[in-house]
Amino acid sequence: MSTEQNPDHDDLVHIGPEMAVAEADVHPDESGAFVRGTSLWRDAWRRLLKNKLAFLGLVVVVIVTIASIIGPTVIKAVFGFTPDYIPTHNINLTRSLPPFTGPNGEFTWNHPMGTDNAGRDQFARVLQGGQISLFVGILSTLVSLLIGVTYGAVAGYLGGRVDNVMMRIVDVLYSLPYVIVVIVLLSMFRSQTPRGQLTLLFIALGSVSWLTMARIVRGQVLSLKNQEFVLAARATGVSNTRIIFRHLIPNTLGPVIVYATLTIPQIMLTEAFLSFLGFGVQAPLASWGSLASDGIQNIAIFPWQLIFPGVTMALTLFSLNFLGDGLRDALDPQMRMV
Amino acid sequence: MTNLLEVKNLRTYFETDDGVVKAVDGISFDLKRGQTLGIVGESGSGKSVTNLSIIRLIPEPPGKIVSGEVVFNGNDLLLQSNEAIRKIRGRRIAMIFQDPMTSLNPFMKISKQLMEMTQLHLGHTKTQARAHAIRMLETVGIPDAHARADSYPHEFSGGMRQRVMIAMALSCEPELLIADEPTTALDVTIQAQILELIKKLKRETGTSVILITHDLGVVAGMTDHVIVMYAGKIFEQAPTNELFAKPGNPYTKGLLRSVPDPTAEQGKLYQIPGLPPDVAHLKPGCPFAPRCDRVEEICKQEFPPFVQLNADHHSLCHFAREVYSESGGTPA
Repeated sequence: MSTEQNPDHDDLVHIGPEMAVAEADVHPDESGAFVRGTSLWRDAWRRLLKNKLAFLGLVVVVIVTIASIIGPTVIKAVFGFTPDYIPTHNINLTRSLPPFTGPNGEFTWNHPMGTDNAGRDQFARVLQGGQISLFVGILSTLVSLLIGVTYGAVAGYLGGRVDNVMMRIVDVLYSLPYVIVVIVLLSMFRSQTPRGQLTLLFIALGSVSWLTMARIVRGQVLSLKNQEFVLAARATGVSNTRIIFRHLIPNTLGPVIVYATLTIPQIMLTEAFLSFLGFGVQAPLASWGSLASDGIQNIAIFPWQLIFPGVTMALTLFSLNFLGDGLRDALDPQMRMV
Repeated sequence: MTNLLEVKNLRTYFETDDGVVKAVDGISFDLKRGQTLGIVGESGSGKSVTNLSIIRLIPEPPGKIVSGEVVFNGNDLLLQSNEAIRKIRGRRIAMIFQDPMTSLNPFMKISKQLMEMTQLHLGHTKTQARAHAIRMLETVGIPDAHARADSYPHEFSGGMRQRVMIAMALSCEPELLIADEPTTALDVTIQAQILELIKKLKRETGTSVILITHDLGVVAGMTDHVIVMYAGKIFEQAPTNELFAKPGNPYTKGLLRSVPDPTAEQGKLYQIPGLPPDVAHLKPGCPFAPRCDRVEEICKQEFPPFVQLNADHHSLCHFAREVYSESGGTPA
């Protein structure tokens, strides 16, 4: 009698592997078969990567940011001059050298974007300008985030009369022409040091750009606060402050991130505009706006002095806008596909 | 047994453009420790408002608790400060809501939401709270609780979410659990599981339960006492067996007749004619009069008395005794 013909044994042979499979299902940690759900953010990230234009925007933004941060230091190490270095030797008829050109008209890698009126390296200046422009854009956006999100969430959650008063204040501020407010602020508190002026600039920009953010967040909170999870949180004894900051604000993050990404280029543009008018960044610091302002004076003879900062700025702003649009599509739950 | 909760003459009104809506109008009941009270009634009869009033979660404005007492363990909750009431919510009186799909914060991990409870009320550290959260998830029967704790609500099914809600409600071992239609949004098999779970946990922890529902089958299976509400008033109040066997109110009778009977041969399913009244514009007389099948002239003129039929059985009807006798009871 062979073992195969033994019915009991036969059963055992079959049951063995099946039980092993069943056990693997029950203990996913050991087998690694447990399917991890995708989080909302990972989902959004995947959708963002699918959007070619947004992804390109992201790449450009990252490159420009990194180049701006480390660029001036690298140039100092390689070529030995800082963005505000004015050469004292070998002065030619003009200090403005075309791209890739040395003082005697020879080819050189020293100044890939040429030099400005004073002979400073344009490439280093553009990178340093990028530092300032991005810095102003991001920091002012953070200021507007901080004020706008808190203000909007408090107004929306408390509702009633408080909401009414708070939002009418926003309406009044909205009706003021915002560039003029910034110009008045900047000229009233004019600072003596370039750094002081810079601080003033982003306080001024941040303090007028939170209004839309406050409205967006308030709208979101208004629709969220009547959902049952807020009632459930209140029924478990959570305080109002905690409900606003832990339960409501995280739920508004999608639109907030999108709007913040779109605020950065908007503020950078305003900064450029102000610097162009001479209210913003002061020399020897440079921003793309002030570089363009310097460059436009010599546009007929030294066009590179306008073209390079202008093109860099346009490229960055385009990229930020594409990225913002892409984020909006990625975070919009209506668009969500499995 | 002592009374855990005594609600006395509670009135909660809502001011609307259409007039004052008397959502709850003079409700009184007691709940003993360890017992389950069922509150049944049609939509808009004031069941949920009663319970939101107990833990003071009525949105103000437009709502307002006009009068009454809610005595919980000897203290009137309506007189407590907001601070004090927050310490009671979740810690000593917990709630489960109707729709598990929207009752969990979609942006917070399950574990975080559970941990919030015990960190807030029991002063747990993160590690303690997390361990407790996982233990609670295991108690309510979430398989593989350790791995699932860090999921987001959208990764859970409706039944699992309701289990999470129950875990959350029970994590501080409250003395009173208010379950506001805990199974309405779930399908029938899950309903049975959830009810079984509530029953089991109640047995183990000795929690008192108020169960709001419009499913009479659930009431029959789960509760010790029943309150039938209509138009913001208590229409009938009795021990569960008594109410089902000998209803003393035409409305209760109508409700019981509308339950589908699987043994019935054929015929149309009974329904109470008409719709619940608009509580903003109640006419004098009995609010149920326009729908009642034994309505008489007096019902349209005078508000009915709250008749005591038995030691523990009350009914709001002009003909309570007659109805009770017809059902086979002997009025005291």
